[in-house]
Amino acid sequence: MAVGAFADRGADLELVGIEKRFPGFTAIENLNLTIPAGSFFALLGPSGCGKTTTLRLVAGLEEPTSGRILIGGADVTNQKSFQRPVNTVFQSYALFPHMTVLENVAFGLRRRKIGDPVAKAHEALLLVELDHLAHRKPQQLSGGQQQRVALARAIVNRPALLLLDEPLGALDLKLRRQMQLELKTIQEEVGLTFLHVTHDQEEAMTMADTIAVMNKGRIEQMGEPQQLYELPKTAFVANFLGQSNLFTGPVVSTTSTAIAVDVSGQKIVVPLERAHRISGEVTIGVRPEKLTLHAEEPTYNAGRNTMGPGKVIDVSFSGVSTQYLVAVPGVGTLVVFAQNMAFGPAAHVGAEVWLSWNVEHGFGLDDDPADAPRFEADLDTKTIAQQRRSSLVTELEEA
Amino acid sequence: MAFAAFSTATAPSTDSVARRRSPVALFLLLPGILYLVLFFLTPLVSLLLTSFQTPREFGDIGQYDYAFRWQNYTEVITTYWPHIVRSFSYALAATFFALVISYPLAYFIGVTARKWPLLQSLMLVLVIAPFFISFLLRTLAWKQLFSDESFVVQSLKALSLLGPEAHVTGTAFSVIFGLTYNFIPFMTLPLYTTLERLDVRYLEAGNDLYASPFQVFRKVTIPLSMPGIVAGTLLTFIPAAGDYINASRDFLGGTGTQMMGNVIEANFLVLQNYPSAAALSIILMTVILVIVSIYVKRSGTEELL
Repeated sequence: MAVGAFADRGADLELVGIEKRFPGFTAIENLNLTIPAGSFFALLGPSGCGKTTTLRLVAGLEEPTSGRILIGGADVTNQKSFQRPVNTVFQSYALFPHMTVLENVAFGLRRRKIGDPVAKAHEALLLVELDHLAHRKPQQLSGGQQQRVALARAIVNRPALLLLDEPLGALDLKLRRQMQLELKTIQEEVGLTFLHVTHDQEEAMTMADTIAVMNKGRIEQMGEPQQLYELPKTAFVANFLGQSNLFTGPVVSTTSTAIAVDVSGQKIVVPLERAHRISGEVTIGVRPEKLTLHAEEPTYNAGRNTMGPGKVIDVSFSGVSTQYLVAVPGVGTLVVFAQNMAFGPAAHVGAEVWLSWNVEHGFGLDDDPADAPRFEADLDTKTIAQQRRSSLVTELEEA
Repeated sequence: MAFAAFSTATAPSTDSVARRRSPVALFLLLPGILYLVLFFLTPLVSLLLTSFQTPREFGDIGQYDYAFRWQNYTEVITTYWPHIVRSFSYALAATFFALVISYPLAYFIGVTARKWPLLQSLMLVLVIAPFFISFLLRTLAWKQLFSDESFVVQSLKALSLLGPEAHVTGTAFSVIFGLTYNFIPFMTLPLYTTLERLDVRYLEAGNDLYASPFQVFRKVTIPLSMPGIVAGTLLTFIPAAGDYINASRDFLGGTGTQMMGNVIEANFLVLQNYPSAAALSIILMTVILVIVSIYVKRSGTEELL
């Protein structure tokens, strides 16, 4: 892209001690965040977790109650929205209905008095492959096209920082995948810093270099997608980013490499470097796809954890894999994803099965099960884990 | 393939045939059409015919015969051109002031006060409240307030802001003031209905795209509230141009502030010169039609009206 008169590369964003209170509730508390220049950063969280507020604070559409916002090292906390080198792709797109697509894209350029706005707007529209619709009104375009216009309208300004507020939310799955790829390509092509806010964990994992999982106005965990998935720090992250089977129990023995946890009489081993807490009551977990189903009790293997016997209470086929729900007495219901390597399910409803997984695949959470977790005042992590499972069961039954 | 071709070929055509031949729609329109023919078209034709009437030979005052006396028009234009010009300039001025006063008010009620629905409804009631008192009474009240002995005028004179011989009633100021005052609700309500639906996310998008608050107002808010502006100005301008209460000598006007409405009234009721009154009415109507159609065309809101 030959739009050279602007920021030639992305700038880093730094949030220092940001706090945002609205009358009656705190949206964000003590948020510290650094996003390096040129990276694709995703803020992931459920609705109401403060992620959109964070974005609006960066865009200058809200003022923080306290804290500082720095873009490329410069303090912009007191700058108005229109003075900041930031552009936003809004969730609603917010394309001006009284202007053509071309005028929408040229709007920012004209305000900044950048030379030849029309030609530059055409260039940006070419980038999103919509130049042939430049003279239409936004209402005449489809949702996906509007989304691309909104993107073109933001990137044409070459902002140091591009904010994306769930921009793919309104699109259907196929278009979503396509736009995800396009966004990623454009980000790499123009080298801007992208801050992407989403509640779609798959979207965040496929697109972002770094993900921060937000909950109740705080960042629960931050890291590369794979790290977050394989080694979640909290029950919230373990369940928000994919699914998890969580167990709670006391640590019964500790060696130099692993801890053993007693879960309703079954000894489960977790490697020491994968456990955030190593004594007292702990919550440990394993991802459903790491579990293996056995029709007979597996022989003892030091490298594997075994659980069972349990009863298969539900089998649902989803093409690539089959999901089994296994009720283990005293533990609860476990979710198992098994790849469909052969025809037909490996176990039927009512079958007695054992579960096993590689010791290396387990993880220990940082949550203190005794602590009242933040999300539901009077429930501990174990109850929440069970709640998640039972809600999943009802969801599956409804489907 | 064949099925698709079949469905696309037949489905719309049956649909449009049904729409074209349906007698129900016509039947439902009938009362409206009859009403318009009876109470709009007939008087209009009658008015047009009257405007070309000629005085009856050896007849009494107020007796006329049907003719094609187009001189009626040239006569009223040469006689009353100052009133015609005055009518439209007063109406224009009143529309302008009403817009300038109503826009911030409507914006406050429709956008700023969104967070407080109670305040919003209270303010709307206050805008409509004057309607509870007769239009004539309110205008008379202003006449009292602006009369030479009134506190307002006395104070202004005491402060030397008005000369000792100056008046307020009977001046262009008081007529335009009265028109503006009386038509503010007609301006505010349409503005409010458009501004109330204004999506503030467009304003945020404008801010995000480097537009200062003033530029956002000029480039986003104004164009998006254009339907309200057009509706409000038309609802003010059209009746204001034909108004005869405010400019009447019995109310806020004087001899030098007579508008077309006053002239039509005088010709019709006092002089019994029906053709002149009719010709003036036709002129008023035509000029308004021309002005309005040019205005609507230029503001680009035909589809919104």
